[in-house]
Amino acid sequence: MMADSFSINDKMSGRRKFLVAATSVAGGIAGAAIATPFLLSMMPSERAKAAGAPVEVDISKLEPGMLMMVEWRGRVVWVLNRTPEMLETLPKLEDQLADPNSEKNQQPEYAKNLTRSIKPAILVIEGVCTHLGCSPVFRKDVAPEDLGPDWLGGFFCPCHGSKFDLAGRVYKSVPAPTNMVVPPHVYLSDSRLLIGSESEGSA
Amino acid sequence: MSNMFNSMIEWIDKRFPLTSNWKAHLSEYYAPKNFNFWYFFGSLALLVLVNQLITGIFLTMNYKPDASQAFASVEYIMRDVDYGWLIRYMHSTGASMFFVVVYLHMFRGMMYGSYRKPRELLWLVGMCIFFVLMSLAFTGYILPWGQMSYWGAQVIVSMFGAIPAVGDTLQQWLLGDFTLSDAALNRFFAYHVVTLPLVLLVLVFVHILALHETGSNNPDGIEIKENKNPTTGIPVDGIPFHPYYSVKDIVGVVVFLIVFCGIIFFAPEMGGYFLEYNNFIPANTLQTPDHIAPVWYFTPYYSMLRAVTVNFLGIDAKLWGVILMAGSVVIFCFLPWLDRSPVKSIRYKGPYFKIALTLFVISFFVLGWLGTKSPTPMYTLLAQIFTVIYFAFFILMPWYSKIDKTKPEPKRLQE
Repeated sequence: MMADSFSINDKMSGRRKFLVAATSVAGGIAGAAIATPFLLSMMPSERAKAAGAPVEVDISKLEPGMLMMVEWRGRVVWVLNRTPEMLETLPKLEDQLADPNSEKNQQPEYAKNLTRSIKPAILVIEGVCTHLGCSPVFRKDVAPEDLGPDWLGGFFCPCHGSKFDLAGRVYKSVPAPTNMVVPPHVYLSDSRLLIGSESEGSA
Repeated sequence: MSNMFNSMIEWIDKRFPLTSNWKAHLSEYYAPKNFNFWYFFGSLALLVLVNQLITGIFLTMNYKPDASQAFASVEYIMRDVDYGWLIRYMHSTGASMFFVVVYLHMFRGMMYGSYRKPRELLWLVGMCIFFVLMSLAFTGYILPWGQMSYWGAQVIVSMFGAIPAVGDTLQQWLLGDFTLSDAALNRFFAYHVVTLPLVLLVLVFVHILALHETGSNNPDGIEIKENKNPTTGIPVDGIPFHPYYSVKDIVGVVVFLIVFCGIIFFAPEMGGYFLEYNNFIPANTLQTPDHIAPVWYFTPYYSMLRAVTVNFLGIDAKLWGVILMAGSVVIFCFLPWLDRSPVKSIRYKGPYFKIALTLFVISFFVLGWLGTKSPTPMYTLLAQIFTVIYFAFFILMPWYSKIDKTKPEPKRLQE
């Protein structure tokens, strides 16, 4: 019968086996090749890559204890003017923090210090939790009811309960793995801050 | 007249297998005669699927998948489009009711051992439907571009960033940008209205095909096909799906629609559980709301995501949370092979299984409740305890289902 002569179970000659395998491999390669442009079309576009210029901020009106929000690359960057009392809390917390000395690469070299900043009082930090990208809440109140009597002020993530101190350093035993990120920044003058660049030239 | 009708059917049958399919899947598809309350939810899930498809099509006529216009276009549907509010509430309530009926449908399978041999593939296809349903719910929730849309999506997409080595690139590929923005909204819209519904329809078709191959399980968990009438070849404990169960299902539909309409007309937000208050605020990319929680049907998994707070086995807490969250859903796929009990149905299983299933249900509800709350040390501890119970139900099943004291299964269905 006709059907039998085309059946897969029929003994396939070595030549036919080879042709079937070669056709499958060629088809597979063609499939992968045609999938490539579709998959790559989903990467950030040229326009998305071009956006992301540095942002200049005037901090002359930022009173001690105040926090201002700046948008850079679609992310929120905080500029916090810390009071002397706030700065005094930083050394007290070392044993409660996961990375008190900022060993992990979450900041430029010039911010790898106790205050994680260029000027001790002014903290420039991305307001993004290193857990899953929520923006933590600035909680400067000391020992509030919900955060416990040991709370000296800092940032609390409402999404999953991660805690950070007033230098954006992460506490132990919270979901977030690392300290918050200090973006590249530079002072153009005493009160003019450039976020997103490390040299005055690129402003 | 009937002659004309008959000759028309005959004309079709020569060109398309209409009558034979009608018989195979409805009028001569024999289902066990002892279906109870729990057997309403499969057909109700189909009803909700149709509701979502139809209301969804009409919503796309006025919705704009653009970060600067999306929120306003939803408000436009609610306020200015004739009956726009009704269509949107049917869709948003339908989303929650989809999960209600699917969770009850899955629980039915767990009670009566419907995942057991020979229905393993039926169960796995069902799990795939559940995964697609979760993706649909997630992508759909992003579309209004409110605060919860934005920050919920931020959290979910950041989970892919936790994957070692490829995480960052994968996240950018998913978002089409370096942050969650217009590009992501636009593509999630494409997934929500084209890709995922198509996949869902194919899977539902395959699910029903697989069901009609093995035949339905039943509350006694015994195979009616093993006891056929020798002359007709019809299972003695089977009755034709149509008209017996089609009529029964219509009763279920009526009751369901009463509840469904009650929610649409009197409590479409369901106290913030179906539509969250924060999502009536446009997305603010600079500020997370003080309290964020997913919609109710995701809260058990969300609790497990944030339950891990310590690094262990060289994996940090963040990745563990993601692994646990994914694992808590995927682990259902292994049920057919975890259950070593000699009987299928809870009716003949012993006390161990009954206790385990009860604890599982309790942990599911407690985790769900915790997921709606802000994390405190007390709540985190509770979440950790109930996460362990949740997983213990599955991981210890090969042991407790084997040593359990079961009752003998009957030969025929019980009335």
